[in-house]
Amino acid sequence: MSYEEVILDHWRHPRNKGRLSQPDAAAVEANPLCGDVVRIELKTAEGKVAEARFEGEGCAISQAASSLLTELIQGKSVAEAAALTDEDLLRALGGVVRTRLSCALLPLRALRKALAGLREGTPPG
Amino acid sequence: MIEKRIRDDFPLLRRTVGGKPLVYLDSAATSLKPEAVIEAEAAFYREVGANVRRGVYELGAEATERYESARAKVAALLGAQADEVVFTRGTTEALNLAAWALGETIVEPGDEVLVTEMDHHANLLPWQELVRRKRARLSAIAVTAEGDLDLEDFRRKLSPRTRVVALPHVSNVLGTINPVPEVAAAAHEAGAVVVLDGAQSVPHMPVDVRELGADLLAFSGHKALGPTGIGVLWGKAELLRELPPLIVGGEMVREVWLTWARYDDPPARFEGGTPPIAQAVGLGAAVDYLQAIGMEEVRGHGERLTALALEGLLARPGVTVYGPKEASRRGALVALNLRGIHPHDVATLLDRQGIAIRAGHHCAQPLHRRLGIPASCRVSFHVYNTEDEVAQLLTAVDQVFQELS
Ligand SMILES: Cc1ncc(COP(=O)(O)O)c(C=O)c1O
Repeated sequence: MSYEEVILDHWRHPRNKGRLSQPDAAAVEANPLCGDVVRIELKTAEGKVAEARFEGEGCAISQAASSLLTELIQGKSVAEAAALTDEDLLRALGGVVRTRLSCALLPLRALRKALAGLREGTPPG
Repeated sequence: MIEKRIRDDFPLLRRTVGGKPLVYLDSAATSLKPEAVIEAEAAFYREVGANVRRGVYELGAEATERYESARAKVAALLGAQADEVVFTRGTTEALNLAAWALGETIVEPGDEVLVTEMDHHANLLPWQELVRRKRARLSAIAVTAEGDLDLEDFRRKLSPRTRVVALPHVSNVLGTINPVPEVAAAAHEAGAVVVLDGAQSVPHMPVDVRELGADLLAFSGHKALGPTGIGVLWGKAELLRELPPLIVGGEMVREVWLTWARYDDPPARFEGGTPPIAQAVGLGAAVDYLQAIGMEEVRGHGERLTALALEGLLARPGVTVYGPKEASRRGALVALNLRGIHPHDVATLLDRQGIAIRAGHHCAQPLHRRLGIPASCRVSFHVYNTEDEVAQLLTAVDQVFQELS
């Protein structure tokens, strides 16, 4: 049995969970078929991700991936955060079974949507 | 005890998953196939191979014989006449044909079609399309908190405008065996046609279409130990004669002119184009296999395993089981959730032990919405499953709790 330790750890002790009072960017992605929902919020300063938060509901993999993702991007430049690939996140998670890739990558979709909003100057959704 | 000698007949049970023996608990999605079915399908290609119906040569006649003999076997299984058995691609196609044909004949604008809150999408979307096309109305019979069809709600919604009542014989999520004779009697009194989704009943229990009192019944071969790509729409002869085909073309006509054609009688009328011949032959072999065990025995085995699973699951405080709590009132499947744990996590962790279960909405989104959950886990059984496998499932459930809570 058993998920990777990283996944279990982030699932049991989520980091950066909650909302920001005035995010500069935010977006929600959902997988309606299984009910996973993830919201990613960012505060930026001087071209950097000053703070990242997530909120969500769903399976251990999607929630652990969200928590881990906020850690990965915190302090990075906005450009670096935008350049984060699927493989980067999957590797950081210690690998994810192929039947569950859409769960693991849900927060990354939310992050990309939030960053696109930031670029286009649309107010955080 | 039928399990020992039977397991040897299913080659997939010799397979391992990640080094562990396969524990296959997803037969409600599709069943495993015995050697006899795989062989019958292959033998058709090896020994006969020709197309049906149009061959003047010997092989053509043999192909037609094997195809029609499969039809006769299905008819015997259902207590029906052979000319009442239409081969389709599966339950979904059969229900689409039923909805199309009834829409063309008996549904007028303002009429009503009644479905249920526990229908599989396959027995819901064809009716949605029909009422849209015909400007009729669709309503759904409620499901009670226990997971039964709400018969009072049914009586309330049944009206002289109700043309069709469509329902599952056995729910693919709740497991509920619906009281079809009672529903059919009331529906007929109101002048409605009864369409039964038998995808989860025909493979698992004795089904006699006359006793049930339905007018049309659909099922899939692949859930009944048979091949994929073959299914059945059974219909009362008097009704089938009145219905138009959904798929037109070769093999279903008497006479064709450039501007019009005269269609054949049922069942050929509904089987336009070259049918899945080898798959029908394989389904015939599957019916033989089930009949050799005996449908009463198939049902008994499924009920015993379901009772064991229910007993074990209901005794675990963190487990929610959906549907009736007695195995005697359900098909060979149990949907459940573990408190605080997403069904996909349960399925992935069980998969690592070689235990294959389904997690999701099982093509019944409205029912899951009614239950207030996005998804559920489902375990389901067939003749090759064992009591030991149920015990392994229960142990694995405890391990998932340990790991994720
Ligand atoms: C109750 C029910 N109806 C219909 C179907 C659809 O069957 P098929 O996909 O073989 O057409 C299924 C199975 O998926 C089912 O369980």
